[in-house]
Amino acid sequence: MQSQRDYVLRTVEERGIRFVQLWFTDVLGTSKAFNITPAELENALDEGMTFDGSAIDGFSRVQESDVLARPDPKTFQLLPWHGRDETVAAVYCDIFNLDGTPFEGCPRHTLRRTLERARDAGYTFFVAPEVEFFYFADADTGRPPKPLDAGSYFDLSVDDRSSEVRRRTVLRLEEMGIPVEHAQHEDAPSQHEIDLRYTDALTMADTVMTVRLVVKEAARHEGVHASFMPKPLEGVQGSGMHTHLSLWEGERNAFADTSDPYGLSVTAKRFIAGLLHHAREITAVTNQWVNSYKRLVSGYEAPVHIGWARNNRSALVRVPVVKHAKAESTRLEYRAPDSACNPYLGFAVILAAGLRGIEQGYELPPEADANLFALSEAELAAKGIRSLPSSLKEAVDEMAQSKLLVDTLGEHVFEWFIRNKRAEWRDYSVAVTQFERDRYLPTL
Amino acid sequence: MDPIVCFPDPVPPVIGAALRQCGTDFRAANSAELADALEQTAAKDGWAGAVVSGAEDLSGALTFCRHLRRREDPVSPLLLAVGAEQLGELQLRGELFDDFCLLPARPEEIAARIEHLLWRSGRGAAPDLVEYGPLVLNLETYQAAVAGRVLDLTYMEYELLRFLSSHPGKVFTRETLLNRVWGYEYYGGARTVDVHVRRLRAKLGEEHAHLIHTVRSVGYRFGQPAWGPGAGPGPGTASEAGDDR
Repeated sequence: MQSQRDYVLRTVEERGIRFVQLWFTDVLGTSKAFNITPAELENALDEGMTFDGSAIDGFSRVQESDVLARPDPKTFQLLPWHGRDETVAAVYCDIFNLDGTPFEGCPRHTLRRTLERARDAGYTFFVAPEVEFFYFADADTGRPPKPLDAGSYFDLSVDDRSSEVRRRTVLRLEEMGIPVEHAQHEDAPSQHEIDLRYTDALTMADTVMTVRLVVKEAARHEGVHASFMPKPLEGVQGSGMHTHLSLWEGERNAFADTSDPYGLSVTAKRFIAGLLHHAREITAVTNQWVNSYKRLVSGYEAPVHIGWARNNRSALVRVPVVKHAKAESTRLEYRAPDSACNPYLGFAVILAAGLRGIEQGYELPPEADANLFALSEAELAAKGIRSLPSSLKEAVDEMAQSKLLVDTLGEHVFEWFIRNKRAEWRDYSVAVTQFERDRYLPTL
Repeated sequence: MDPIVCFPDPVPPVIGAALRQCGTDFRAANSAELADALEQTAAKDGWAGAVVSGAEDLSGALTFCRHLRRREDPVSPLLLAVGAEQLGELQLRGELFDDFCLLPARPEEIAARIEHLLWRSGRGAAPDLVEYGPLVLNLETYQAAVAGRVLDLTYMEYELLRFLSSHPGKVFTRETLLNRVWGYEYYGGARTVDVHVRRLRAKLGEEHAHLIHTVRSVGYRFGQPAWGPGAGPGPGTASEAGDDR
């Protein structure tokens, strides 16, 4: 710890850093930051910075509103923002109570707790998300958003402003040492995807927060607006965050078993079974907005039904086929989360569901081989296939019944989250939308 | 500089006096296993060297030397002190030590030999700079630069680069790197090493990324291999140097 602290302090001094941003994340997954001067940094590293948490979503409590932000020196990084002459650094913080115990509303703690449970069972958890988002001309909410282009999947267009913005974003991420596996134009106009190279889940949750920031910052620099809203446009695909998952025991991929016809170990099968079994309970966290459920509908490659398959993109859990010699890249892809979830909580509940499957030895249901979208409700019921919640209300009701979620999130986050989401649903229920006026006003 | 490890425990008074004379921190261990265990907490980058006395227990001393030299990460420099009547025992065992001295000796002589050995291995004189080809690490200020360009590294990236570049030519497994660089307070597992190597290479830039070699189904090596036909061409050959720098 001592040398980590010295590393940060010396770097700030050597590089002439004028201020340091302390980053943390609220319960809904919004980036928060405050700036401190190098003079304050030493104290922040040793004792933490006190601030009033009552204004932060999910941080408020009845008795004590002050909390402590303590920088995690391992996450200290310089920010290569364009167009600024002074060097700026940022560091992620963990939030503590004033007595030094971990603050129960801090999403980093929630994920760390779940990772510790995995580690106690001998596993490390790696994730690689595919982050989708849109570029729009502006953030004007008075009319439908204006895409920058009319391109689609893998289009190579010469004069494509949004691809240029994306290219610069990826360069900046690489500069920050965040390796990007692929970046491409997605199916919908002006929709883009950045696939991140796997890391451990805590580093990745930090990385997802950084990526969202860099994407938005780079877009703003080019005078456009980037949005991670799950379904900003009707009639085209929404923005998901398909997440590739793997468990490791030391240097061995715990999901791989080359002697199995699917290439999957017993551990992998139980993990999938856990995901499927608890999918309805964790959806409120992986898809936390009213708008999230406009993405989870049939017809746009988003999962609706709860099943797993190898080569079926409508499945909730996809098992990418890997070549025999590449057994170590065996992984699962969980396709429900959207890019606007809280990655710390999202990864935590996904891992918790899978671990529960391993601990309880859940049985893996048969692979969904037919295209689930093509089946009627009756056929689905006959096959015993359930669906994901179709609204935020349904998802929150499901979550409220879940022991797994209380255990994983802790009571503070669990209760605050449900209260907050029920309030969001109430606000939505009383809103009269353009859809209703268009449809009913002329005739009723 | 990290401490030096000594055998046996307690350290013979004349060797203790010599080490204090050169101002070198040291720890004593009575077996190679104890030395390894002690190293985890006492020596951040591994023992800076070893001073072994065979005067009391020669076969124990030779076993100690043998272990330190055959580790994946051999301890060097190593000074072996023996009694004059034991000199014959050193024949055909040249690989076990870098220099030797005969006891009894004056502490001044032993101190001079230790200082000279440390200087020759590059540890004594300027310990605050690690240089390899275009790469420079200033251990005092924690700054790294490649071909004059300052690198923006996270703490763990810096630590990994420092460890690798302090041991050029040596191959380390992921497990070893994990133990030596990360310690045990992390959530990543062995694959974390791959992730950090990838990030480091990205920051070194395309031109210098190959300073860190992937050694198939073993681990990683910084710079060119130190020796051995299995490790590729020997030091100084044009092809490897060209490949590396």
